[in-house]
Amino acid sequence: MSTALEAQLQQAFPDARELSVVDRTGGGDHFHVTVVSPRFNDLSLVEQHRLVYDALAAPLDDGTIHELRITTRGET
Amino acid sequence: MSELREQIRETIEREPVVAFVKGTHEQAYCGNSERAMQALRAVGASFAAVDVLPDPAIRQELSAVSNWPTIPQVFVAGELIGGADIVQELAASGELEAKLDEKLGGEWRNGGAEHTIPLGAPANPFRIAPG
Repeated sequence: MSTALEAQLQQAFPDARELSVVDRTGGGDHFHVTVVSPRFNDLSLVEQHRLVYDALAAPLDDGTIHELRITTRGET
Repeated sequence: MSELREQIRETIEREPVVAFVKGTHEQAYCGNSERAMQALRAVGASFAAVDVLPDPAIRQELSAVSNWPTIPQVFVAGELIGGADIVQELAASGELEAKLDEKLGGEWRNGGAEHTIPLGAPANPFRIAPG
């Protein structure tokens, strides 16, 4: 599952400098994603996380992702 | 617009700091809701909690209002500040206090009082009086 989510994020953030998906519990439904992208520059954290939620809307909606932690950073 | 959605909007506008959580300020039923409230406690912020669990429609309507898909959601002076990750990050960096000061002056400290309010409740005695 982590690989599939990573692919979706990669597609949404092709210019990501850092991108990772960690299965926090090993159960395949609690994830921590980290995205570092210049696209986040000058966006608030709320706006940054919204872009990640948008990228993962399908797995969030269908319950594939039960819990999601997000870490985002622009590139300075 | 549904009455529930209107109540949610009104609550967000009325409460200086409000956290929509799974559970109450005394008992969170979700690690993330607990993390968000702990972050508010860490800076000594008074806050109101709203439990989204009694009715699935609350969460649905809240997300429609806020354009944010997950719980918890923390609002300061009517503005969505973030979910657990952001609030925790802001508390750790000192930005949460700065944001509270900027939005609310010094009123948000108020002894770190916490309470849980039902939706649509009239003003309660713990409410921070407008400056």
